[in-house]
Amino acid sequence: MAEASLPPAVMAEPDADPMPVRRAFGMSAGAVVIGVAVLVSVGLLSAASGAAGLPVGGVFGALFDWLPLVGIESSLSAAQESILFEIRLPRLVLGMLVGGSLGVAGASYQGVFRNPLADPYLLGVSAGAGFGAVLALGFGLDLSWGPFDTVPAAAFLGALVAVVASMAIARGGGASPATLLLGGVAMAALFSAAQTYAIQQLSETRAREVLSWLFGQLNTTGWKQVALLLPYAAVCGAVLFVHRRHLDVLRVGDDEARSLGLNPARSRLVVIGAASLLTAAAVSVSGLIAFVGLVVPHVVRLLVSHSYRVIVPLSALAGGAFLAFVDIGARTLLAPSELPVGVITAFVGAPFFALVLWRDRWSAT
Amino acid sequence: MSAALAASIPPTTPESLVLSCREVRVGFRQREVVRGVNLELGAGEWLGVIGPNGAGKSTLLRSIVGLTDYSGTIDLGGGHRPSAADVALVPQSPVMPTGMTVAEYVLLGRTAHLGWLARESKFDRQVVSSVLHRLDLADFADRFVSTLSGGEAQQVVVARALAQQCPVLLLDEPTSALDVGHQVSVLELVDDLRRAEGLSVLAAMHDLSAAARFADRLILIDHGQIVAQGGPADVLRPDLLSTVYGTPLTVQSIDGELVVLPASRRRAQPPRSPARNPRDTTGALRPRPRHDSRS
Repeated sequence: MAEASLPPAVMAEPDADPMPVRRAFGMSAGAVVIGVAVLVSVGLLSAASGAAGLPVGGVFGALFDWLPLVGIESSLSAAQESILFEIRLPRLVLGMLVGGSLGVAGASYQGVFRNPLADPYLLGVSAGAGFGAVLALGFGLDLSWGPFDTVPAAAFLGALVAVVASMAIARGGGASPATLLLGGVAMAALFSAAQTYAIQQLSETRAREVLSWLFGQLNTTGWKQVALLLPYAAVCGAVLFVHRRHLDVLRVGDDEARSLGLNPARSRLVVIGAASLLTAAAVSVSGLIAFVGLVVPHVVRLLVSHSYRVIVPLSALAGGAFLAFVDIGARTLLAPSELPVGVITAFVGAPFFALVLWRDRWSAT
Repeated sequence: MSAALAASIPPTTPESLVLSCREVRVGFRQREVVRGVNLELGAGEWLGVIGPNGAGKSTLLRSIVGLTDYSGTIDLGGGHRPSAADVALVPQSPVMPTGMTVAEYVLLGRTAHLGWLARESKFDRQVVSSVLHRLDLADFADRFVSTLSGGEAQQVVVARALAQQCPVLLLDEPTSALDVGHQVSVLELVDDLRRAEGLSVLAAMHDLSAAARFADRLILIDHGQIVAQGGPADVLRPDLLSTVYGTPLTVQSIDGELVVLPASRRRAQPPRSPARNPRDTTGALRPRPRHDSRS
């Protein structure tokens, strides 16, 4: 066992009472259970609400019937079932995926930059994606590539170009977080300027179309968008999950982290790479949805724990639940027309931002 | 913890060497801060590194943990370069993140032992638990580190270093932020642990009297070079210290322990050269010219 390979200075006392310590590690299974429960309830709520007015009992029956090993006779008609499975469910799942992706990416960025105000768009992802989308939507470039349509492909490429450029300015992951952050600010400014200029050259209808993309929305055509985002969410999400403890080690600063056996530059590079790729993929299918990546990790931090072991996984659950919940409003508040979901997240997010700032001020005094 | 180990400190013989430095040099932008240091640390030994601010003590320690590039060899025996699994550093001014519990903080010491999935094992938690019990910190386990007092915080940092389970403990002026009572208690804690667990300690120390009391041997560094080494009585000589620290110092023996004090200025002293490092260990508040040899 592990004991056999220990260095000479062994401290282990197996008889030591582990209770007070166990309590202090604080990754409560309860928080995960609550998170999953919230996610599932939001999912059911979202599936049951919408313009078509499906019967709630029928929706639940059909959903449970959909699960493997469960056989329930659904009361929905074939048309209603197709609304549920071809329209509502893809959108619900996309909302959860995008929200979860932004939540995890935001948590990772906050950890890597040791900055509570960091969000997934910090290194210019949003400006880059926006510029790419403006070019594609406004000027009719054809960038469709493989499964990607033109706009997602352009947004994805723009986002990656901006992040890579930010990191190149700061000379890679070895740079200090502050340098990286400033590189991101510079790139974001550059791409925003290019984007503004490009929008100005467009006709009014085209410009409106571009602006509505920029606000962020969850438009689905069947399961296509979900299929695009899912591989990125799975792979990048797994990478970030594995690195969640590295983020905790980074909290004591690069020097101490290195003396504890971590390579801070490498961890930072991996985490930023995975989080940026995830954000770029999310943005390419949903546009720029504001504040989810900033707000969600803070909620988890305030409610559960400051440890990234907890924040990273719970931000996925909470982000998914939050965006799916907010999207119910986007679909129903102005029915039959739709609000861009990014507008609602910002409405909820901005006051929350203020709250976090006030809280900081209170705890500082 | 074996009682046999606690009883005696093994003598420094080549077989019991745990760390050796040969011709270690560290330079920042053409300026060498550590200039060819040789030292040997025996198993169970406490080696004190003393010298004025900017002499290169911290830089030497940082090079041993691999925090700066260096030339020369730093060897744990058999050409093995130190890593976080061999050498634990107690930094000069540790970062205490907000919202991190004491247990989580001590668990950071297990970083080098974590597996590929970066998930701590039951054994890692056991180590943390027993370290906390060993240092009487178990009741602190779920306190936030940012709310601890200076002395408590330094104990927690020592706990984190112990959780690394390294045979060598490096202390970088570990008590400079503490009052005299906590200074002594932290150093006594380290001394107890060294005797009980057979740790070897390499400590950069500001307080020369404490260095005399706790260290088996001392190394006096000035301008990146060793200017004296040996037992405390050999190194702590008033003339030597006064020259190196650039201020008149006296060394007295009180109850068999060496105590280093600033000499009274009223006594006749040779005029000091202004180019000398005008620093002392007492932090006496008097205006003096600054000649920072390093930042």
